[in-house]
Amino acid sequence: MEQQSQSLWSDAFDRLKKNKLAVISGIVLIVLIVLAIFAPWIAPHTYSYQNLELGAVGPNSTYLLGTDTLGRDQFSRILYGARVSLLVGFVATAVALVIGVSWGIVAGFFGGKIDSTMMRIVDILYGLPFIIFIILLMVIFGRNIWLLFLAIGAVEWLTMARIVRGQVLTLKNQEFVLAAQAMGVQNLAIFFRHILPNILGTIAVYATLTIPQVMLLEAFLSFLGLGVQPPMSSWGTLIRYGVESMEEYPWMLIFPGLIFTITLFCLNFFGDGLRDAIDPRSSD
Amino acid sequence: MLQLIIKRLLVAIPVLIIVASLTFFLVRLAPGGPFDSEKAVSPQVLKNLNEAYNLNAPLYEQYTDYMTNALVGDFGPSFRYPGRSVSEMILTGLPVTLELAFYAIIFASILGLLAGIVAAVKKNTALDYIPMAIAMLGICMPTFLLGPLLVLVFGINLEWMPVSGWDSLPGDKVLPAITLGAAYAAYIARLSRGGMLETLNQDYIRTARAKGLSEFKVVMVHAIRGGLIPVLAFLGPAIAGLIGGSFVVETIFQIPGLGRFYVEAAFNRDYTMILGTTIFFSALIIFFNLLSDIAVAIFNPQART
Repeated sequence: MEQQSQSLWSDAFDRLKKNKLAVISGIVLIVLIVLAIFAPWIAPHTYSYQNLELGAVGPNSTYLLGTDTLGRDQFSRILYGARVSLLVGFVATAVALVIGVSWGIVAGFFGGKIDSTMMRIVDILYGLPFIIFIILLMVIFGRNIWLLFLAIGAVEWLTMARIVRGQVLTLKNQEFVLAAQAMGVQNLAIFFRHILPNILGTIAVYATLTIPQVMLLEAFLSFLGLGVQPPMSSWGTLIRYGVESMEEYPWMLIFPGLIFTITLFCLNFFGDGLRDAIDPRSSD
Repeated sequence: MLQLIIKRLLVAIPVLIIVASLTFFLVRLAPGGPFDSEKAVSPQVLKNLNEAYNLNAPLYEQYTDYMTNALVGDFGPSFRYPGRSVSEMILTGLPVTLELAFYAIIFASILGLLAGIVAAVKKNTALDYIPMAIAMLGICMPTFLLGPLLVLVFGINLEWMPVSGWDSLPGDKVLPAITLGAAYAAYIARLSRGGMLETLNQDYIRTARAKGLSEFKVVMVHAIRGGLIPVLAFLGPAIAGLIGGSFVVETIFQIPGLGRFYVEAAFNRDYTMILGTTIFFSALIIFFNLLSDIAVAIFNPQART
């Protein structure tokens, strides 16, 4: 009996495929992302088109999910909102990824005093009230969406740095790295050849799990009126408007709320599934 | 133990000073003076205003003045509400926010621990899956969505509960506390389940069982000590989240607490109020992190380093 050797990734993919919840979540997410990218072509109206004579009407055949108090099509606004919410999720996570991964790698790879200083900084930053700082930044420098990306990203990198450092530290002392060192391979080459490929999985998992947190933070700020500004819509602002008129027009709250919760649900389940697939020992 | 406390305090104090300084200079960076928006203020009035708020002094002098005053709890006057001091507003808002947070934590702990322990003991049964699925929903459903939905169902449609206010109608604290506590109940359920599962596999639990102790005693007396360490470690940082949550909950339910004051100050660009509350919140969070570290050290000797 000869068993074909499998790479870590195809192995992980096989395991992921067996996790039905994660697969469904992944499909829902892909559909959502495609809808968001092609929103201008799919949406029946623009996000700012107002039909003031119409006002707020419930779901019907022309307006699938109803309209808001200004007669704007809810379905279109949710689609455009998906663009903003998902963009914030991905961009801010990317910012967090770049800072966190480089920080963790440098700390873990060099070790010693550099490591302890860098990790002490992370520990201290961990104890700070970052939500308050983001609000402060938004108040002082204006409600700018790029600043929002940067501010959220700058908050979320801490966990990433800790996890990456831990991984690098363990890998650094493994035999194959020691062997490479003994053979005189350069630090940089060791890093790209031997260490980076081995931490990619962990990074992918935590990136997936960071996205929902980032999206929550953006929606939270937008809900308070400190995030995305009108007439642009994110899911957070839609929920905000929905709450204002939920007594008369509950669909204005229910649809954006539903799509937001489903998205976060899928991201979390997909992230959990990915973690179990890439590192089967970590499943709880 | 004392050593640990002193060590943490020695870290906490410089951190607090850095936070306060950073906030002070960030706020001073803000474009425009605090009185720019007021219409038709004569130059003389503006000058008097600036003088009254000590804005003419050199920056370093403003800074040292502010810091020494802050040390004794004086955060200066509010820019937006003349005649009211920031400390006064903190003092009126704080008890309300603390009460709300207290109820939320109680609700979250009872529900979360119960669900987590039952799920761990009855692993891989319906009593495990159903609470854990609900917990996942609790984590994914943001406060600003859960609150309005609860209001819609229990306040408006069923008319069981008041929809807003604080201390004005009987039962007006129920919905805010549940809204604020729900996500924490979910986290606590997941953490306590994980912690209990790990502890239930330990040798000393097997020993306890071998001694012939009842299963109830094994779980509630022996396993719980180790199983709750992750929950204790979570409670400190959770306070930071609770403060953020109180912004939302107090806005939704129109509760006159510190969280709503902060959001209003952010909206009105009431810079002294923002500055004062930011420093105050930071101190609060650092303090609760310290408490949580100490609690973990009491329960887990391994963490006493």
